[in-house]
Amino acid sequence: MAGAEKRKGGNPGVATLEKETPPRVKVKLIPIFVMGKRYMVPEGLTIMKAMEYAGYKFIRGCGCRGGVCGACGTVYRKPGDYKIYTGLACQTVIEPDMYLTQMPFYPANRASFNLENLTSAPEEINKLYPELFRCVACNACTKVCPMNIEVMDTVSYLKQGNIAKAVELSFDCIQCGLCASRCFAEMPQYHIFQLARRIYGAKISPRSKHLIEADETIESGKYEEPLRKLMSADEKELRKLYQERETEPLETGDDWQPKKTEYLSIS
Amino acid sequence: MPYPEGLQKYIKKVEETRPERVERRRRGEEFPALSPEGREEMLQYHPDYKEEGRRELKVGTNKGYKIPHEFADLLEAKSRIDPDVVNLSAIDYETDVLVIGGGGAGTAAALLAQEQGAKVILATKLRHGDANTMMAEGGIQAASKGWKDSPYYHYLDVLGGGHFQNSPELVYTLVTQAPGVLRWLEGLGVAFSKDKNGKLESMHGGGTCRKRMHYCSDITGSEIMRTIRDEVRNRSQDIEVIEFSPAVELVLNEHGHCAGAVLYNMETEEYFIVKARAVVLATGGCGRLHVQGFPTTNHYGATADGIVLGYRVGVGVCFLHTVQYHPTCAIFPEQIEGLLLTEKFRGAGADVLNVDGEKFVFEREPRDVESGAFIKECLAKGKGVPTPTGKLGIWVDSPMIDLLSGEGTVRREFMGKWKVFNRQGIDISKEPMLVYPGLHYQNGGLVYNANCETSVPGLFIAGEVSGGVHGANRLMGNSLLDVHLFGRIAGRSASLYAQESYQEGKLTLEHVKAYHKELDDAGITTDRVAPMLLPDYTEPAVRERQLTASYLGTLR
Ligand SMILES: Cc1cc2nc3c(=O)[nH]c(=O)nc-3n(C[C@H](O)[C@H](O)[C@H](O)COP(=O)(O)OP(=O)(O)OC[C@H]3O[C@@H](n4cnc5c(N)ncnc54)[C@H](O)[C@@H]3O)c2cc1C
Ligand code: SF4
Ligand code: SF4
Ligand code: FES
Repeated sequence: MAGAEKRKGGNPGVATLEKETPPRVKVKLIPIFVMGKRYMVPEGLTIMKAMEYAGYKFIRGCGCRGGVCGACGTVYRKPGDYKIYTGLACQTVIEPDMYLTQMPFYPANRASFNLENLTSAPEEINKLYPELFRCVACNACTKVCPMNIEVMDTVSYLKQGNIAKAVELSFDCIQCGLCASRCFAEMPQYHIFQLARRIYGAKISPRSKHLIEADETIESGKYEEPLRKLMSADEKELRKLYQERETEPLETGDDWQPKKTEYLSIS
Repeated sequence: MPYPEGLQKYIKKVEETRPERVERRRRGEEFPALSPEGREEMLQYHPDYKEEGRRELKVGTNKGYKIPHEFADLLEAKSRIDPDVVNLSAIDYETDVLVIGGGGAGTAAALLAQEQGAKVILATKLRHGDANTMMAEGGIQAASKGWKDSPYYHYLDVLGGGHFQNSPELVYTLVTQAPGVLRWLEGLGVAFSKDKNGKLESMHGGGTCRKRMHYCSDITGSEIMRTIRDEVRNRSQDIEVIEFSPAVELVLNEHGHCAGAVLYNMETEEYFIVKARAVVLATGGCGRLHVQGFPTTNHYGATADGIVLGYRVGVGVCFLHTVQYHPTCAIFPEQIEGLLLTEKFRGAGADVLNVDGEKFVFEREPRDVESGAFIKECLAKGKGVPTPTGKLGIWVDSPMIDLLSGEGTVRREFMGKWKVFNRQGIDISKEPMLVYPGLHYQNGGLVYNANCETSVPGLFIAGEVSGGVHGANRLMGNSLLDVHLFGRIAGRSASLYAQESYQEGKLTLEHVKAYHKELDDAGITTDRVAPMLLPDYTEPAVRERQLTASYLGTLR
C-alpha cells in the first residue's frame, strides 16, 4: 500500500483484528475456476476475496464490498448440475469446483423523463417502456436475481398498473443488471423499477406535511435568535444546555411532547 | 454455517437474561447514560487516544499537526504524475463545473450546478454511485416534527456529539437547511418510510435527544443515491459522467485559482486534462486506509484522495486526528467481517451485552464513547465473547426487537441484514449478532465555509472529504444530511462562481513542483505516491511472482 510500512506493536485495541486480507496460515485450499481457469484458494472466503487471493486486482466488478451497490454480479455453475447460479461476489462464499464469471456490466437502455411532467398514471410507465408488455413470464429474471427479488411478479404488477406493489417488491434492487441479461423480452427491468419508485415517492405516497411546516417555520426566522445565542455561547454554557436536554424516551409514541416548549414551533 | 458449538453456550447466557431485560425495556427502564466524566474515561480506550498511532506532519499548511500515520503517509508522498511531462495546453475536456466524486455530495452538487445553468462534468473513480453514500442504511436527521423538535435541539445534539468543537456556522447551516433537503429529496422521488398520512417515521440515533432520524427502510443511502443518480441520467445533455477516472491532481491557473484537474482512466491507463471554470471536490472518506489496522465498513474507493488533492493546493485540514469507529460492525462470521450493523438495531431496542449476557453500557452513547466502552469491556475487563476465529466480540441482542415490537419486525425493518445473516445460516430475529468497532467515518477533512468555499478560489468542497461541521465526532444520520445539503450548496456556489467570478488564465501544475520541493526540503525521501486510488489487497506471494510488474503505489 502506498508506503504504509507495517508498524510494529499495533494497538492492543486491535491486536485481535486482522486487516481485510484473507487468512494465511493453515487453511484448507479448494479449487475454483475463474472464467474457466483453476485457482486454489482458502475455503470460507467470498468470491471477491478469493479472486483477490488468486491475484486479481479489481477495477471493475467491485464497489461497496457490502452487498448494496450491484457492481459485483457473478454467474456460476457447479459440476454435474444443470442450473445457472448467481450471486454477489462480495457476499457469496466459494464452493469447491464452482466455475464463475463476473458480470460487472450489462448494456441496458434507459428512457429519459422529466419527473415533473409525469403523472402517477400507470400508462406513463408503459409509454416510456413499452417492452414491459413483451414479458413472456418465463421467470428467468426472478431466478437470477441475487437479491431474491420477485422480478417477474414486479413486472406483472406494473403491467397491471399496481405501482405501489411493484415498489414494495423491488425495493431492495441494487441494479446489478443480471435480470436484464437473462430477459427474453429484452427489457431493462431495474430501470423500469427505478422509474416506478420515483413516481411512487414523488407522486403517489402522500407528501409529509410536517416537513413542509418545519421548513417554513425555519424560513420565518423563528429560531434565528435562539440559534444565534447558541452559536455565540461558550463551551461551559453549551455543556450545561446539552446536559439539561430532555430526552424523548425510546418506547413512546410519536405524539410525545417535552415539558419545555420554548424552542419549538408550537410555543 | 450457523453459529458453531463453541458459541452456543454464550448464546444460552444471552437467552437466560433476555426475558428480564425485555421486561425492563417495557417498563421504560434504561441503562443509565454515562456522566461527562464517565464518557471521558471510556474515551481513553478509543483508538484516537493512542499516541503511537499518529505523528506530526512535516509539510504543508498544517505542518506540525499530529494525525494518524496512514494520513501522514499520504500527505508526505509524491504525485502520481511528473508535472513536467504533463502537457497542460492539450485540453481533453472543457466545462463550467467539474465535480470530482460520484457519491451523494458530488451528485447533489452536479444537479444543483446544472440547475443554475452550468454545463457539468462529473468524474468519479468507480461507477457513478459506488460510494459510501450507497452504503448508508440507518437514516438521515432533520428536525421535522415541530411539536417536539427543532433546529435548536438538533444544534445541541450535533455539538455534544462533536465535543463542542464544531464550527458554529456550519452547524447552523446543517440544522436549518435539513428539512429543506428532505423536501428536495422527497420531490425527486425518494421513498421515505411514512405512515398513510405522509408522516415520516423517525427514530433515535446515538446522541439524539429527539427521534429525528428519518429513513427509507434499512437502505436509506441506496434509496437516495440511486434516485439522485437516476436524475443525473435524466440530465445527460448537461451533465457528462466519466467513470473509472479518478482525479489524481487539481490544476490551478496563473492566478492561483482552481481551474480543473488531471484524471486518470484506470482502464486504459491514460491521463486526461479537464479545464473547468470551477471545481467541486467530493471524494468522500478514508476507510480503506485501515487506520491502525481496523477493518472497515467503507466502499472500495474510500482512500482519502480528496484530502491529498486539496492539501497539495494549500487547503488546510482539521479534525483529521479523530477517526470514527462504528461500534457495531460484524466480527463473526468472518465472511461478513466489517459489515455495518446500523445503530437502528439499538434504537429499536436491542441490548448490547458482554460474555455473561449482561449490559455494561447505555446503548446510545455517541459512537466514540460506545466504541471505547466495547474495547474496554473486551480488552481491559476480559468480558468479550471469544469468537471461533480467535477474536473478541460484543453481542447485539436483535431478537429483543421482535419481542418488543411484534414478531416479524426484524425481518421487516432490517430486511437487508436479515438476508445477509440468513445466507450464513443465522436468523437474527432469533439469534443475537457478534460485533466489534470498525473504521467507519472520516470525522475531519479539508477546511471550508458555509458556502463550501475553500481558501483556493474556484475550489469548492462538500461531503465526507470536508471537516468542521461534525467537530471531533459525527452523529449517525448527520452525514447523509451533510453530504446532500453541502453538496447542493457547493454545486450552487461553484456554478455562481463560474458565471460571475471566474478569471481566465494559464493552467499550471507549479503547486505540485513546489510540494515536491517542500518534501525534499523536509528531508522526506520516499517512493510513496498519493492519492492511493485503490487499496492494496494483493497477496505478498502474488507480488513476489509478478516479476515484470512495476507498481506505482498500489496500482500496477
Ligand atoms: C456502511 C456505511 C453506513 C453508513 N450509514 C450512515 C447512516 O445511516 N446515516 C448517515 O448519515 N451516514 C451514514 N454513513 C456515512 C455516509 O454514508 C457517508 O459519510 C456519506 O455518504 C459520504 O458521502 P460523500 O458523497 O461525501 O462520499 P461518498 O459517497 O463516499 O462518495 C465519494 C465518491 O468519490 C469517488 N472518489 C473517490 N476518490 C476519487 C478521486 N480521486 N477522483 C474521483 N472520484 C473519487 C468515490 O468513488 C465515490 O464515488 C454510512 C457510511 C457507511 C460506509
Ligand atoms: S431486480 Fe435485477 S437489477 Fe435488481 S437486484 Fe435483482 S437482478 Fe439485480
Ligand atoms: S425474464 Fe423478462 S420475459 Fe422473463 S419473466 Fe422476467 S421480465 Fe418477463
Ligand atoms: S461490491 Fe457492491 S454489491 Fe458486491
